[in-house]
Amino acid sequence: MLEAIFSYEFLQNAFGAGLIIGVIAPLLGVFIVVRRLSLIADALSHVTLAGIAGSLYLSQSAAVFASLNPLFLGIFASVGGSVLIERLRSLYKHYEELAIPIILSAGIGFGAIFISLAQGFSNDLFGYLFGSVSAVSREDFLIVAGIAIVVLLFIRLFFKELFVLSFDDEYAKASGLPAKWVHFLFMIVTALVIAGSMRIVGILLVSSLMTIPVATAMRVSKSFKQTIFLSILFGELSVITGLFTAFYFNLAPGGTIVVTSIFLLLVVIGYKKAAVSRKKGAIA
Amino acid sequence: MVAPLIEIKDISFEYEQTKALENISMSVQEGDFLAILGPNGSGKSTLLKIMLGLIKPTKGSIKLFGVDSKQFKNREWVGYVSQKSNSFNSGFPATVEEVVAGGLAKKSGLFRRLPKSAREDVKEALEAVGMEAFIDRSVSELSGGQQQRVFIARALVAKPKVLILDEPTVGIDHQNVQSFYNMLASLNRDKKITLVLVTHDVDTVTDRITHVACLNQTIHFHGFKEQLHTMSDEQREAWYGHSVRKIHHVGGSHSHA
Ligand SMILES: Nc1ncnc2c1ncn2[C@@H]1O[C@H](COP(=O)(O)OP(=O)(O)OP(=O)(O)O)[C@@H](O)[C@H]1O
Ligand SMILES: [Mg+2]
Repeated sequence: MLEAIFSYEFLQNAFGAGLIIGVIAPLLGVFIVVRRLSLIADALSHVTLAGIAGSLYLSQSAAVFASLNPLFLGIFASVGGSVLIERLRSLYKHYEELAIPIILSAGIGFGAIFISLAQGFSNDLFGYLFGSVSAVSREDFLIVAGIAIVVLLFIRLFFKELFVLSFDDEYAKASGLPAKWVHFLFMIVTALVIAGSMRIVGILLVSSLMTIPVATAMRVSKSFKQTIFLSILFGELSVITGLFTAFYFNLAPGGTIVVTSIFLLLVVIGYKKAAVSRKKGAIA
Repeated sequence: MVAPLIEIKDISFEYEQTKALENISMSVQEGDFLAILGPNGSGKSTLLKIMLGLIKPTKGSIKLFGVDSKQFKNREWVGYVSQKSNSFNSGFPATVEEVVAGGLAKKSGLFRRLPKSAREDVKEALEAVGMEAFIDRSVSELSGGQQQRVFIARALVAKPKVLILDEPTVGIDHQNVQSFYNMLASLNRDKKITLVLVTHDVDTVTDRITHVACLNQTIHFHGFKEQLHTMSDEQREAWYGHSVRKIHHVGGSHSHA
């Protein structure tokens, strides 16, 4: 069965990209969750949709764009959206969360317009919304790999700054860390990961791959490093299981991956509950 | 004379609607143990935030170690313990060791990992606050007072030259407040760390501090604690309002109020 996977190029692409995303989405997700920015991930994924729909429309209407990978405009929109969110957040200091619905609706609004302008790509669209096993091209895979290098480099270079910033941003500023810059880069990198993950899990479910494995890890981990390690483990388990089931039962991988991650979350919560009551029982 | 460690010149600060500080000038010399006193809302935290470069004064200038605050790069020389729990992200999945090691982030330099010696430094800082037994515990499972000590350890771990503390003993029990101030006094005396402390524990700190600043938008008194009694009753009232409790015993022979 593994041989089948490695003999089809499209499956190699999908599994390769999936394995990479299973690492980078939960890795960045840990910081997103502890900084309470989960909803921003959602807003950005909808902006990515607008970029992709825009690109699909352009490729129909202008020959120059015909061969442009829609991921590029998706990335562009996502990064632009993250900069805009930051702008809005500083504009509405006391209502920072307002930036999220504003950007999210803008994303859906533009997305809806482009989708209705462009005709006959409902098949493609379904893949972008819920992910796809068959539509991942070699180019998509290479883009995802490129994004992964940026993400890993970013985390490697700024790990301690990111940690301090996430734990206590006032302290980060007071101790002279370049908090503003690190945060700005963080938003850009988040936008990249969202655009990259979208091909496999789909726009509507990207943020869940960044948050559910982290939520699961946080139930059992004692330290920050352990949270990261377990998040990646749960993320990877969900992606692998999800891709296999999607392939064999011809389902949208976004759905199978997210359902697997929810299943893992429930198992861990149940396990934790059982462990706690066992402990109490032992004491009583 | 050496340049003061902190030199504030004619600083004013306004939040969007509220005026918080007006024409403040003061300096902190190396070795000082300064207590900043004042009623709620008198601008104490604001003044500390200006010293830390967290907010920029609307007017005036501030120098740290003789360098203008805007150009000052060695923030690891200045340790900070903020007024409790305002910015700390509760429920955060991290161990005490990880949190305290965060205090070494600036010192170890951009793009670098923490050095191997970090764990030793963290242990030492935790010993200073009596929390060494908790090094591998999760911070979110500690009591408020224990967390506060962890934050003090985080401020100490980079071995700062100045330590700025905003009501650090809130939530710490009476007995530990005593030993906490003893610890500060010994840092000041033995390690020559300069201390700037905002507190309402006037009675407990008077024996240990060297200087006092009385703040309420403006400085009503600043000098050696022994000279505090030269403040007139009118000045006192202007500083603290009507409910002022006389603190003539500051610097006097009383050990108990
Ligand atoms: N973020 C803020 N935005 C607007 N006004 C503020 C802000 N922080 C403080 N203020 C106002 O500035 C004034 C000084 O506040 P500050 O926090 O410096 O007082 P404080 O002396 O530290 O008080 P406390 O003893 O209660 O800690 C107060 O009138 C307060 O209402
Ligand atoms: Mg205050």
